[in-house]
Amino acid sequence: MPEIRVTPLGAGQDVGRSCILVSIAGKNVMLDCGMHMGFNDDRRFPDFSYITRNGRLTDFLDCVIISHFHLDHCGALPYFSEMVGYDGPIYMTHPTQAICPILLEDYRKIAVDKKGEANFFTSQMIKDCMKKVVAVHLHQTVQVDDELEIKAYYAGHVLGAAMFQIKVGSESVVYTGDYNMTPDRHLGAAWIDKCRPNLLITESTYATTIRDSKRCRERDFLKKVHEAVERGGKVLIPVFALGRAQELCILLETFWERMNLKAPIYFSTGLTEKANHYYKLFITWTNQKIRKTFVQRNMFEFKHIKAFDRAFADNPGPMVVFATPGMLHAGQSLQIFRKWAGNEKNMVIMPGYCVQGTVGHKILSGQRKLEMEGRQVLEVKMQVEYMSFSAHADAKGIMQLVGQAEPESVLLVHGEAKKMEFLKQKIEQEFRVNCYMPANGETVTLPTSPSIPVGISLGLLKREMAQGLLPDAKKPRLLHGTLIMKDSNFRLVSSEQALKELGLAEHQLRFTCRVHLHDPRKEQETAMRVYSHLKSVLKDHCVQHLPDGSVTVESILIQAAAHSEDPGTKVLLVSWTYQDEELGSYLTSLLKKGLPQASS
Amino acid sequence: MKLYCLSGHPTLPCNVLKFKSTTIMLDCGLDMTSTLNFLPLPLVQSPRLSNLPGWSLKDGNAFLDKELKECSGHVFVDSVPEFCLPETELIDLSTVDVILISNYHCMMALPYITEHTGFTGTVYATEPTVQIGRLLMEELVNFIERVPKAQSASLWKNKDIQRLLPSPLKDAVEVSTWRRCYTMQEVNSALSKIQLVGYSQKIELFGAVQVTPLSSGYALGSSNWIIQSHYEKVSYVSGSSLLTTHPQPMDQASLKNSDVLILTGLTQIPTANPDGMVGEFCSNLALTVRNGGNVLVPCYPSGVIYDLLECLYQYIDSAGLSNIPFYFISPVANSSLEFSQIFAEWLCHNKQTKVYLPEPPFPHAELIQTNKLKHYPSLHGDFSSDFRQPCVVFTGHPSLRFGDVVHFMELWGKSSLNTVIFTEPDFSYLEALAPYQPLAMKCIYCPIDTRLNFIQVSKLLKEVQPLHVVCPEQYTQPPPAQSHRMDLMIDCQPPAMSYRRAEVLALPFKRRYEKIEIMPELADALVPMEIKPGISLATVSAVLHTKDNKHILQPPPRPTQPTGGKKRKRASDDIPDCKVLKPLLSGSIPVEQFVQTLEKHGFSDIKVEDTAKGHIVLLQEAETLIQIEEDSTHIICDNDEMLRVRLRDLVLKFLQKF
Repeated sequence: MPEIRVTPLGAGQDVGRSCILVSIAGKNVMLDCGMHMGFNDDRRFPDFSYITRNGRLTDFLDCVIISHFHLDHCGALPYFSEMVGYDGPIYMTHPTQAICPILLEDYRKIAVDKKGEANFFTSQMIKDCMKKVVAVHLHQTVQVDDELEIKAYYAGHVLGAAMFQIKVGSESVVYTGDYNMTPDRHLGAAWIDKCRPNLLITESTYATTIRDSKRCRERDFLKKVHEAVERGGKVLIPVFALGRAQELCILLETFWERMNLKAPIYFSTGLTEKANHYYKLFITWTNQKIRKTFVQRNMFEFKHIKAFDRAFADNPGPMVVFATPGMLHAGQSLQIFRKWAGNEKNMVIMPGYCVQGTVGHKILSGQRKLEMEGRQVLEVKMQVEYMSFSAHADAKGIMQLVGQAEPESVLLVHGEAKKMEFLKQKIEQEFRVNCYMPANGETVTLPTSPSIPVGISLGLLKREMAQGLLPDAKKPRLLHGTLIMKDSNFRLVSSEQALKELGLAEHQLRFTCRVHLHDPRKEQETAMRVYSHLKSVLKDHCVQHLPDGSVTVESILIQAAAHSEDPGTKVLLVSWTYQDEELGSYLTSLLKKGLPQASS
Repeated sequence: MKLYCLSGHPTLPCNVLKFKSTTIMLDCGLDMTSTLNFLPLPLVQSPRLSNLPGWSLKDGNAFLDKELKECSGHVFVDSVPEFCLPETELIDLSTVDVILISNYHCMMALPYITEHTGFTGTVYATEPTVQIGRLLMEELVNFIERVPKAQSASLWKNKDIQRLLPSPLKDAVEVSTWRRCYTMQEVNSALSKIQLVGYSQKIELFGAVQVTPLSSGYALGSSNWIIQSHYEKVSYVSGSSLLTTHPQPMDQASLKNSDVLILTGLTQIPTANPDGMVGEFCSNLALTVRNGGNVLVPCYPSGVIYDLLECLYQYIDSAGLSNIPFYFISPVANSSLEFSQIFAEWLCHNKQTKVYLPEPPFPHAELIQTNKLKHYPSLHGDFSSDFRQPCVVFTGHPSLRFGDVVHFMELWGKSSLNTVIFTEPDFSYLEALAPYQPLAMKCIYCPIDTRLNFIQVSKLLKEVQPLHVVCPEQYTQPPPAQSHRMDLMIDCQPPAMSYRRAEVLALPFKRRYEKIEIMPELADALVPMEIKPGISLATVSAVLHTKDNKHILQPPPRPTQPTGGKKRKRASDDIPDCKVLKPLLSGSIPVEQFVQTLEKHGFSDIKVEDTAKGHIVLLQEAETLIQIEEDSTHIICDNDEMLRVRLRDLVLKFLQKF
């Protein structure tokens, strides 16, 4: 029995370290290869030894697909390909391919240079790893090999984010990566056609949330920033260099312009300026409005937002600073946070989800005394705000996508177990499909029953279609043919053609039954009576009386002969071939009952 | 399968393919060479043009002098320029299901088709094709509309009058179908019918046919198309290039195994080497400017201009041209330059790598930044205050009949210091120049056409090996001007089928198979048997379901148990449906074994007689006779159904069913 098997190595009932193994029709695909922000030990990378203990990964995996450039989806890639060892193809979209190595390098720098980790992947490894990448276009069908094909769909979320359909023959799986079902200020909404996959693997970050309108959230955000700046406070917005940062910049830029505000807005690292450049060059991946107006005004050329310098943090007066990374787990955002945390005039706005174990998660869960490195305790007096700006689909959006794709079953990843449970029930109720939520290392097996494509000879098909296009529920007509199987070539042809192709002769099986009738009249007259009787009974059949005195019903021949001994009896010889078996048998039993008395 | 050929222009094709149940239009090219018969539309009133003498017949009859003007021995129509549309009568265009566009030059007739023929289908094109196509159309409409011309000549089109006119007017074809340019409203409406597609995207048409665009290497977003079903494949090759310029390289491999390959859009200048032409372009440009002259480059606002600017970027410093201003004047100049930078995914590898840095893929960004290249929507406005000479001006339209180029021709034509360099291959430069004669300015002809030449074509055909090639008739003979050049034509086996305008070709195609799906339940129930080594057979009796052109075989329904039983059956219910076919039989009956089997099943008193062709088995007790021959068995018995069925099943044991 063919089956689809799915095993999350990461992101199973968890957020972070996305890595999902899928086996479909004998092909093995790894979806995403992320790191976990909440861990600094072995647990930060997926356990690749699960895939194969002894063999080479390249032999086992047909391809690796990366959905987007966030590190929890691609952070383990150089480790996986260069240190564990994988030489097969890695698929991602063009923007992902462009931006991914930059974020990896950034990540490496923080890990190695700042934290002094040894045995981490090197810059060269990132380069070598990226050489294995094959870029895909949206909607392009990429033939990984003769049987396995993949196709990318627009996912919103961040620049270049894609959902992927993985297809072998008539079996398919769709993996959403992270996606967003409502267009935001810089990206469009995710979209997929009614591709009816056997399985939809969807993220479920906001499985239980139904968010209010984006506009309200934006207004709230602007109000909070504005208030803090008015009272002379400093606002820290920890972001990832690409994604939310651009959306919030567009938001603040237009607000500053409209309100004619003077407080400076800074963007931390040089990376972000570069990031804006990516948005300019990959503008075809942004939303319709930006794409349409980019010739007149490129939304990613900011007037009010300037590059940040470390020294600015101590400047007096209000300011807004976007700093990386987004979960306050390291780097510049954490440094600024430590500097500003003690002042209640200041504010930190967390615009996205924070993984457990990060400073961001701690302060969002209400912790106000943080233990930092070196046993220092940091007291957080600054205002802590959370604004859900992460571009993940909320419960409504997830349901919407399930409705769009019409999968046979759904599997949840990239979310918290409790919330998943709720969504799982909802999906099962509303769509009447099975929904799974395996933990890491747990395998879900789905039996599939793919139909078998064969070639039917056009002659046979047309003959059938010509006989009646309207199916009759009471009397379904049967198509009859012979399936010729040669190697993997399956052809359905008419029986005659099959015989001919194989050089075989037809063997004709014929029956002739003697039916005795009591009828003293002449043979010709008997035949005439048989003819008129059959004619009246068999209205839908072609009944003919031939010049030689015999009667035919379709291709069945009936001849009347005199009985050798009894002149009062006539013998009807009914003769038919095996192909007319039913009708022949019916006729003999009909004639056996005798003929109705002639009315004349 | 049929091909309706609606355009006679080999590089601006418009064909309609009927394939299975679909009607597919391949490209929508607009033949603009017709405009060469018209007088230029000057942006600024030109005394020279408005004072041209009217043309009169040899006998002095001057009734046409309002419509026709004479200039240096050539006659021109003084009217709004008109275009030669694809044939609209050959096939009912409202039946066209989809239009596939291969590149932005081949979609210029789209508004005529989608807005005026009752077309209700979908148009498929890549994003760069649509965006740049829109720019080309916008420019064209703008060029024509901003110089309103009251006069629309029609008298000369009268067949009886046209005969009296001098060449080339006399020989112009289908003049009655020539049309004026469309409006921006029609352009927008036409473009709204386009659905964007990406390379290698498989697009299902009604479940019957699948179409796929492939990179063709000629321009940003340019594509060839595969039109296929499960058993047939047509490749449509239109405007392809193997040269490394800015677009993504051509995908040749996917064209393999085509039954038919339709080949259009080859180079129009097979004797010119594009690289050499670019070199000549640069050196002539430098020479003119150094001598204090101006250079005029009539061009389209997108395409080769990107490559020319890139060459100049590398060339100007070494040639000492750093101080010479380069002007690009077009209503869509800015858009074109901006758009070129955002299609990273459609560019060649080198340019893609630049975007990954991230840097703009085309160096004209730097030319603009350093003020070496300036662009203006028209020569009115800012340009007139910035204008410095000597300079280089890129502007349209390459036909020299409308657009800002008309003004520069009038302005610079009188001085031999200036040079006009023709790079676009679509118009004969001599014809383009005709209404400007006599001309003192230098004319250089450097046509740059990167499309396939005949050597590349024959290599391509050897590589992809289509069963049949279909092409415009122009490609099956040497060009008229070089009739001895037998190398300048398509050479393939079997010889290419050629078409001309308004012809219908029946494509040599025999469809033999169709895809059908066997449901898993049915497949499980099949009993394959090996007939020959490696070949197995299974007889299939199934219910055929056809929906949306997809065929599915389902298991036959279980015979329904008679329900109720109280209801009196009508006699006709018992009559078997003769359409239920029994399988065919094959094999032969070994008599001895057959007799043994009969005995085993309780028949006794069996007698076997030999005949000329086989045997007769007699069951004397049952008065039954079985004639067995090599290819037939005949059971003759009394009307004893039980017996007959028993014998039948015993015979069937020895035979194979088909």
